[in-house]
Amino acid sequence: MGITKVHGLAILLTAGITGAIWYHHPFSPARDREHAASPAEGSVLCRKTDLDETSLLLPWRQDVLVLTPWLAPIVWEGTFNRDILNAQYLQKNLVTGVVTFAVEKSLRYVQFIEGFMRSANKYFLAGHHVNFYLFTDSPKKISHLQMAPENHLFVIPVQNDRRWQDIPTSRMDIISSYIHSQFQYEVDYLYSVDVDVQLLADIGVEIIDALVATISSWQITSQIENNDHETHPESQAAIPEGHGDFHYSASFYGGSVSEVYKLTRACSEGLMEDRENGIEAWWHHERHLNKYLLHHRPTRLLSPEYYWDTELSPSSIQVKRMCPVRKDSSRQAPETKNVKPLLFTAPLN
Amino acid sequence: MISRKVLVGSLVCLGAVAAVIWALAGTRKVHYLPYYLPCPEIFSMKLQYTEEKLIQLFPQLFYQQPRVLAPKRQDVLTVTPWLAPIVWEGTFNPEILDSAYRPLNLTIGVTAFAVGKYTRFVRRFLESAERHFMRGYRVNYYIFTDSPESIPRAQLRPGRRLLTVPVQRHSSWQEISMRRMETINRHVAEVSHREVQYLFCLDVDMVFHNPWGPETLGDTVAAIHPGYFQVPREQFPYERRSSSAAFIPKGEGDFYYGGAVFGGLVKNIYEFTKSCHMTILADKANGVMAAWQEESHLNRHFLTHKPSKLLSPEYIWDDRKPKPPEIRLIRFSTVDKNYKEVRN
Repeated sequence: MGITKVHGLAILLTAGITGAIWYHHPFSPARDREHAASPAEGSVLCRKTDLDETSLLLPWRQDVLVLTPWLAPIVWEGTFNRDILNAQYLQKNLVTGVVTFAVEKSLRYVQFIEGFMRSANKYFLAGHHVNFYLFTDSPKKISHLQMAPENHLFVIPVQNDRRWQDIPTSRMDIISSYIHSQFQYEVDYLYSVDVDVQLLADIGVEIIDALVATISSWQITSQIENNDHETHPESQAAIPEGHGDFHYSASFYGGSVSEVYKLTRACSEGLMEDRENGIEAWWHHERHLNKYLLHHRPTRLLSPEYYWDTELSPSSIQVKRMCPVRKDSSRQAPETKNVKPLLFTAPLN
Repeated sequence: MISRKVLVGSLVCLGAVAAVIWALAGTRKVHYLPYYLPCPEIFSMKLQYTEEKLIQLFPQLFYQQPRVLAPKRQDVLTVTPWLAPIVWEGTFNPEILDSAYRPLNLTIGVTAFAVGKYTRFVRRFLESAERHFMRGYRVNYYIFTDSPESIPRAQLRPGRRLLTVPVQRHSSWQEISMRRMETINRHVAEVSHREVQYLFCLDVDMVFHNPWGPETLGDTVAAIHPGYFQVPREQFPYERRSSSAAFIPKGEGDFYYGGAVFGGLVKNIYEFTKSCHMTILADKANGVMAAWQEESHLNRHFLTHKPSKLLSPEYIWDDRKPKPPEIRLIRFSTVDKNYKEVRN
């Protein structure tokens, strides 16, 4: 029999059902769906990490302490993967600030600014947005400094009519008041760095945490177990013998703005009280910093790699990231007690 | 009037077409359309949280000064590549941590699911927790159960409370296990966020053997599965089917975390359980169940949002395994049980 209307209807029906099935189960290769369950920003961390297999039975650094007794990590070369940390940092859209002081009258710090800025632009949180706050008493003397495109430089004038000992002590005061008035609105994390340094290797987002301090180099180099904490009991910064975890350097510390604010407030108040009692703890602010950090333990410690100020090179220091630059000794104040000499050379790039 | 021939003819056509489609679909990879179930409104709730306080210390403690060149544990990794501490015995000083956390007046929450036959584990769980878990702190035990009357009224130390939360019993043990995320999330949104600052979500069929203290507190805390801490990542039982939302391809992955223990700040637990539940729902819509249920989703989540603190397998041990020398102290481990019988 020929093709009747019913035949046509049956073919149409079949075609229609086939079409419906095809539509709901597309199995052409072009519709391949990649796994995309996690939100968009999470995909940054889906990248394969380049590091070798992280084995739980194989610590990367077996020669040094990498965790404090209060479970704060100590950052050494080889303990972290900067890619992972960068991805985490970018996820949170953070801004970091650096505070440094270059005051003319004392020790001619202005000469160090250029070297500091050049190396900091190259090595300090390279690739991330950093605000550099430069406090100086001679803003006109600062030649045009080349900044990396993602960084900003803010030059803030300060008065210079103080004794040279006062500069570091009033530093704490200045930092805390500027945090209160300005920095807290501009940055999330803030670090105080001495200006007379050169950065020689990457200092990256591994330093970003709530309260961060750098362990002094002579914790490694000294033969004596004890720290040379202030033994002047009347001084506010006197720490009883037997206490003290590490000795921290005042040349590089920082953290979240709220924590740095609390730290600088406490230190400047302690220094003020000392001065009223007629005590000048030599090495001023470092003593008070250490006292504060004894009572408010840092959440992350930086190994002495992050501020290496001697000529020695023990095997535990695989990278020297920041070194002080040679100072002109004739400019130093006459009555310094230099137990830790400041003269050294750092390899210049 | 359709003649029989026509009818038979079209049915045969239909059958032939269906068979062809079936054959084709069987050989090719199946692709699912993403399809999300509507969100319950609690997921859009904004919670108010109390400020997180940083550790402050009032040391009158005398202890040996830590030495920079003397690592405490040389046989195991104690810091992850993203600088999160891994808590092993010997890495921390419990006195320092206690003196830091006690003054904060914290309340720690513990969730445990005792559904169906799992209620028999509650007594030993609670008794051992009273001896070892967060001694000296305020603790709220939240026992989620479908039969509140079968939960033993245990005698608790001062400052510690037991609260039973009624839950619905689901059809299979896998379903019960996976619904935990949703239940915890809902509970945090409605109750826990007001009562506790830190929350731990533990399996109930386990027992504490040694102290579990404030060294475990952190923003987001995960524990390393005891069966997989000695093997390379290729052997981790991640979900390996790309059709699942918990998929982790070969070559990726840090550690294999156990689903029996996770914890952290209550707001992070809220976010974490929410996102795990969303991925579980996505899988459910696609008709896929991950290889190890919510543990696979937990691992997927912790790959992209890495935990801020890791607990070594001391905190999540399986007693059936022989104890290797790296594990010096077993703090929390499984109770021996007949899986078939109890999961019925």
